[in-house]
Amino acid sequence: MAVIRLKDIRHSYAANPKEGADWALKQMDVEWQDGGAYALLGPSGCGKTTLLNIISGLLTPSHGDVWFDNLNVTSQPADTRNIAQVFQFPVVYDTMSVYDNLAFPLRNRKIDEKIIDIRVHDIARMLDLEHRLKERASGLTADGKQKISLGRGLVREDVNAILFDEPLTVIDPHLKWQLRSKLKELHGRVGATMIYVTHDQTEALTFADQVVVMYDGQVVQIGTPIELFEQPKHTFVGHFIGSPGMNVLQCQLDQGKAIVAGHQIAVVNTLAAPDQLTEIGVRPEFIKFSKNGMAVDIVKVNDVGRHSIVESKMGDHDLKIMVPEGQPIPSDGAHVIFDTAYTGFYVDGWLQERD
Amino acid sequence: MATKSNNQKGWFFVLPVVALVAFNALIPLMTVVNYSVQETFGNNQFFWEGITWFADVLASERLQASLGRQLFFTGTILIIEIPLGIAIALAMPKKGVWVSVCLVLMALPLLIPWNVVGAMWNIFALPDIGLLGRMINGLGFDYNFTQNPTAAWLTTILMDVWHWTSLVVLLSYAGLTSIPDAYYQAAKIDGAGSWAVFRHIQLPKMKRVLTIAILLRFMDSFMIYTEPFVLTGGGPGNTTTFLSIDLVKIALGQFDLGPAAAMSLIYFLVVLLLSWLFYTLMMKNEDQ
Repeated sequence: MAVIRLKDIRHSYAANPKEGADWALKQMDVEWQDGGAYALLGPSGCGKTTLLNIISGLLTPSHGDVWFDNLNVTSQPADTRNIAQVFQFPVVYDTMSVYDNLAFPLRNRKIDEKIIDIRVHDIARMLDLEHRLKERASGLTADGKQKISLGRGLVREDVNAILFDEPLTVIDPHLKWQLRSKLKELHGRVGATMIYVTHDQTEALTFADQVVVMYDGQVVQIGTPIELFEQPKHTFVGHFIGSPGMNVLQCQLDQGKAIVAGHQIAVVNTLAAPDQLTEIGVRPEFIKFSKNGMAVDIVKVNDVGRHSIVESKMGDHDLKIMVPEGQPIPSDGAHVIFDTAYTGFYVDGWLQERD
Repeated sequence: MATKSNNQKGWFFVLPVVALVAFNALIPLMTVVNYSVQETFGNNQFFWEGITWFADVLASERLQASLGRQLFFTGTILIIEIPLGIAIALAMPKKGVWVSVCLVLMALPLLIPWNVVGAMWNIFALPDIGLLGRMINGLGFDYNFTQNPTAAWLTTILMDVWHWTSLVVLLSYAGLTSIPDAYYQAAKIDGAGSWAVFRHIQLPKMKRVLTIAILLRFMDSFMIYTEPFVLTGGGPGNTTTFLSIDLVKIALGQFDLGPAAAMSLIYFLVVLLLSWLFYTLMMKNEDQ
């Protein structure tokens, strides 16, 4: 068990990285608390898998160090790090039985067969594989195989962390739920740090205490699901989390005031250089219709069950507004106000803190 | 379960294939069967002989000897080519410019016509003017494949290994490159050494292509004709006379069509039986 620290990590697959695009991971300083359940969320190609492989030791970063507690493990190979990793596609050793698969990591480490037997049975019981130990691993279904992959990680004692790289991709939808609850349950029981890579926000938000959002090779925000929702630190987080995503409206600065379509928007901090991109971010949930506010033209109303999503235009800007069920939607001459507490001012994509 | 529809029109679509197979396999084969049970003295006159030729062929010491040589040859080249092919495939780069270079180099021997391979090695191994022959003799060994049976065997086997190991390499390489990276990564995390990776990941994943490779090499080497014929002509004496060389001698040299036909059928059945046995054994565990 250990706190995992990534210090000043950068990684490039190119031999001589020059421009920004050469870096799969840009600057990164992250600390993973011992025993935490983290979800690593981000679009394809943002560097999630690279980050996992650096933690597990399959990749050595081009720059920076990986620390487990007070030990610098940057140059340690994967098999000595006590990290378990479950991949997108289940990896089982086809010719072996389920038992031998689970025993494999221990046998490679020359552990006594008696201890192996106890460990394998423990893990098999935990994963509901006990009655299938004698079967050939290749005969199991995808979720069974994925359990074996996971079991091979858990069977080692003192696992520092379990890394999941989109482990439910090939699992049938109705089994996804089961397996995901199993993972949560295991997290409670094993107590190891779990880092769960996904691009599915529902999966991330249900699994994790802390969600790490990555975008374009960097971590843009670490926080609880609530924090990500209420205070997105980057317009990408606003877009990516939530359905529909945050409204991002480009704004002009006029004597320290943020102006969108002729309206002044009340935000706390409006410091920006003249050549920077300035935007206002506000979630559809935090916009209300009001008698006196900013005028909008309603384009379309989508009823999505417990609420309606109103698509509207404020000047040239698209604006989505979420209206709870039962509340009236004005037919014309609609005006809206933004909830100041949840309206952010973004410079080049980054939220300006309310200091 | 859905009931099978009874559609006789289906036969119509199979007809072209049936005709094709009939003309290129069944009808020629039946001619052979025809010869194998009759005796002819020309003039298109045939006399029924029953299984006489089969009995003769099976009892013939000469043919038993060539069958023995054939089995020894095939066994030897399989024992060399399969492990060597796998080893080369494992050593080949997985990505980068060298991949194409290696693949082209590997494919080259396969592109050379069989009789050219025989002729090349014949000249290459000649003790007086050949590069290889001259060199071996220069090193102090008495090497002359035209006179010494051991040298003839060594040269024949070396030639086959040179010509056909590439096939095993290419098939193994195809099998190896189809293994997803995750397997190697998982093995690394599981602490598996390179032998364990080979034994539990690479070899099982190559099983199908290797089965094909062994089958192809078995059948081809068991029916080998052109290369040893051009290289040694079956000699010295008849020490490198393999089944097909003997068959041609009987059929075209002595014009004994009856025994030759009987031998062809036995030959065919042996290849078929061994291939079937091997394939069935290899695939036995697949379905479990």
